[in-house]
Amino acid sequence: MKDVIIIGAGISGCTIAHLLAKRKCEVLVLEKRADAALGASGANSAIIHSGHDPKEGTLKAKFNLLGNRMYEDYCQELQVDFKRIGAFVVASGEEEEKTLWGLFEQARKRAIECALLSGDEVRKREPNVADEITMGLYLPTTGIITPWEVCYAALEEAKMNDVDVHFNEEVMAIKKEDDHFVVKTDCGEYLSRYVIDCAGVRADEIAGMLGIDTYSIRARKGEYYVLDHKGYFTNAIIYPVPSNKGKGVLAVPTIHGNTLLGPTAEFVDDKDDDETTDDLYSVKEKLARTMKNIPYQNVIRNFAGLRPTGSNHDFIIKEDEKVKGFIHVSCIESPGLTAAPAIAKYVVEELLHDQYELKTEFKRRRKPLIMAKLTDEEKNHLIKENPDFGYVVCRCEKISLGEVKDVINRPLGARSIIGVKRRCRPGMGGCQGGFCEPQILEILAKELGIPKEKVLREGPGSEIALMKLKEDL
Amino acid sequence: MKEYDLIVIGAGAAGMSAALGAYEKGLRKILIIDRDEEYGGILQQCIHNGFGLHTFNKELSGPSFATECYRQIKDNPCIEFAYNTVVIATSANHEVKIQSKKGYETIRGKAIAICAGSKERSAGAISLKGARTQGVYTAGCAQKYANIKGFMVGKKVFILGSGDIGLIMARRMTLEGAKVIGVAEICPYSNGLARNVKQCLEDFDIPLYLSHTVVSVHGVPRLKSITLAEVDEKRQVIKGSEREIECDCLLLSVGLLPDVGLLDEMGAKLDRFSKGPVVNDQYQTSIPGYFACGNALHVHDLVDYVAMEAKKCGENIADYVLNHNERPLSIKTKASRGIGYVVPHYLAEGRDVEISFRVSNIYHDVSLKLSSGSYEKVIRKSALLPSEMVKLNLKKEDIEKFADELVLEVVE
Repeated sequence: MKDVIIIGAGISGCTIAHLLAKRKCEVLVLEKRADAALGASGANSAIIHSGHDPKEGTLKAKFNLLGNRMYEDYCQELQVDFKRIGAFVVASGEEEEKTLWGLFEQARKRAIECALLSGDEVRKREPNVADEITMGLYLPTTGIITPWEVCYAALEEAKMNDVDVHFNEEVMAIKKEDDHFVVKTDCGEYLSRYVIDCAGVRADEIAGMLGIDTYSIRARKGEYYVLDHKGYFTNAIIYPVPSNKGKGVLAVPTIHGNTLLGPTAEFVDDKDDDETTDDLYSVKEKLARTMKNIPYQNVIRNFAGLRPTGSNHDFIIKEDEKVKGFIHVSCIESPGLTAAPAIAKYVVEELLHDQYELKTEFKRRRKPLIMAKLTDEEKNHLIKENPDFGYVVCRCEKISLGEVKDVINRPLGARSIIGVKRRCRPGMGGCQGGFCEPQILEILAKELGIPKEKVLREGPGSEIALMKLKEDL
Repeated sequence: MKEYDLIVIGAGAAGMSAALGAYEKGLRKILIIDRDEEYGGILQQCIHNGFGLHTFNKELSGPSFATECYRQIKDNPCIEFAYNTVVIATSANHEVKIQSKKGYETIRGKAIAICAGSKERSAGAISLKGARTQGVYTAGCAQKYANIKGFMVGKKVFILGSGDIGLIMARRMTLEGAKVIGVAEICPYSNGLARNVKQCLEDFDIPLYLSHTVVSVHGVPRLKSITLAEVDEKRQVIKGSEREIECDCLLLSVGLLPDVGLLDEMGAKLDRFSKGPVVNDQYQTSIPGYFACGNALHVHDLVDYVAMEAKKCGENIADYVLNHNERPLSIKTKASRGIGYVVPHYLAEGRDVEISFRVSNIYHDVSLKLSSGSYEKVIRKSALLPSEMVKLNLKKEDIEKFADELVLEVVE
């Protein structure tokens, strides 16, 4: 019997698992897909919002504020990147300025550091902000992360501290029996005292397995362009004034110097439909109101993510009133990424009543080996120790064989081309894997001890080799 | 710090030819760097023939062409190779940071030749829309999988773009047993060489859909279908013309881009049309001492032309290093009506110069007009195609007559 089963390895599932791993309890994480962060947590704006815009009195407002304050330490603990790059909410004309004044007041009431600037003052700091912009709300506490990196790190440490993690395992049914749950998957059956529903766009379906129908979730698609890291476009995040459809179309620098342009916000009926569409053009249209000199010639990719929008328009974070022991962590759309560490703390300390004692020992993950962060001297030292770190496999992002092997051989190691790409970036650059993918495939085959034709792009059924032309000698 | 007369980045046809040219004109300390484990670059995966007719007077495969280039310099004690080595950064003071299993090192060259070839435009770069799916590849990547790694990335293949690699791969995948359903080209004309359209498509009954494009890809985890659509003169999708085609692989042959990453990071001036660096008539870029040739300068149709251009570039580099010959930027070449780009971007008096250019549309029975001040020359052309680079020799007697701008245009 497990103490807790967490369904879903997105940011909520991973952060809760990480916190529970510090306590004396038995935890199992069930994830339908082949890796962590393959849903909404892996396809969003990657922002740690300041907390200025959620409506007063909502859980979104509460956990956003708490999360933002926790993030820097949290990322330090996980040894992952966090940059507090700041943000501007920019307005044009009287109507939008009025909204901005409202946000300014709200931010001040919440004790969020902020300042109102004129359009020219904004442009002085960010010259690519459109000339039409007349006013900007500066929010210096806004930050950025690499969302999947936080998920991998949290889940890796959880795994190292005895949390069971099962990928490629889908929950088919849940039953409540006396004081425990029976969770049936496509691979087996597990018993647990608690079930925490972190199933993203499908959290309502998981709850539905227990007859809970108090809310429903719709998938809202957000489409983005990704720009290559070439030259300056913007140093801070640029938001338009928010509307009833959300935060609007943003320009967001990423940890690695790329820029995200997006998202759109359109409801889709199919919760698996994360295709990008013609709607992408609306990103260009909308962005033209806030930005200029947008280097679309540097676009290297587009993607879409599905955000779980709840029928109640707020997060649901509570134990179910009827089904005791079933904990909802659902409808976690924006600012869910920001809120995650605060939600995890609340779940463990309040909803699980702080009942599990802290372990005396907690294993820390090995610091990721990233050549780009080393000085010339350190690089040479590392290469001398292990020549694999000298051999560059991805020349767009300058990633060495040593780094690729490291991410495959970690406790929560990469198992696919996408797994490697997300963990250490080969394929994220200008050639989008055109040059390095065949080599990454061979490294994966060798390190995992599998034939090349078994290497996957992402999950089951995504083998790269469809037909063998030559035998390996 | 190790010092060289010339550091060549890339050991493909361009790099090896540039080194040879520089050696023949007197340079004695040359280093060629390549990220791969051997010379040849992309030629090694081009196992089809059709290379070498202009430079070696015989028809060779890609690897054989590379070997012919290599033979000319392999025993030369003045030319050194550094394989499995990647250039991390270059700087205006000619320092080159390199990384290999031996370590991370900074070396210096009196001159540096960028011979890094080109990269393929990716699905993201053309904003191809649709699913996150397995089975969408650039043609060159699929070629590497088939010819070097020994397996096929698709059995039922559709190809977007009629660039030469796409055409070659249509034939290659057919010969290996795949079904190639068709090739779509957004332009109303093919972007590959005429001989490749004939030998790779027509001979195998593979349809070429001109004025068509692939709008989106579908299927998870593996590609199940694509949406093909017709486009109008402005290359906009004609609503209602969309149709779904089943396939498990989409290959992209939608253009090559000169690999100018290092030059770009140093702030070199780039040509917006060729996407390569702006150069003078010795192939020197706007960063002094940095030269570029081959596909890193502008994308060529034939490797023979790459080798010829690179050899000249190497000779110029020797002249620059030994005689400190800095060519003035006296005459700017200008691509006007109907012309995409012209290389080089600057000319100067005192020597014959070969210029290369590409037209931006298809033309029949037109004139090519060169004009500069009172100088004017008109050349009749029966056909000018965007897929075929044009070369012209300018005599120094003519160049003397030029004003400060030489305008090239197509006159109908």
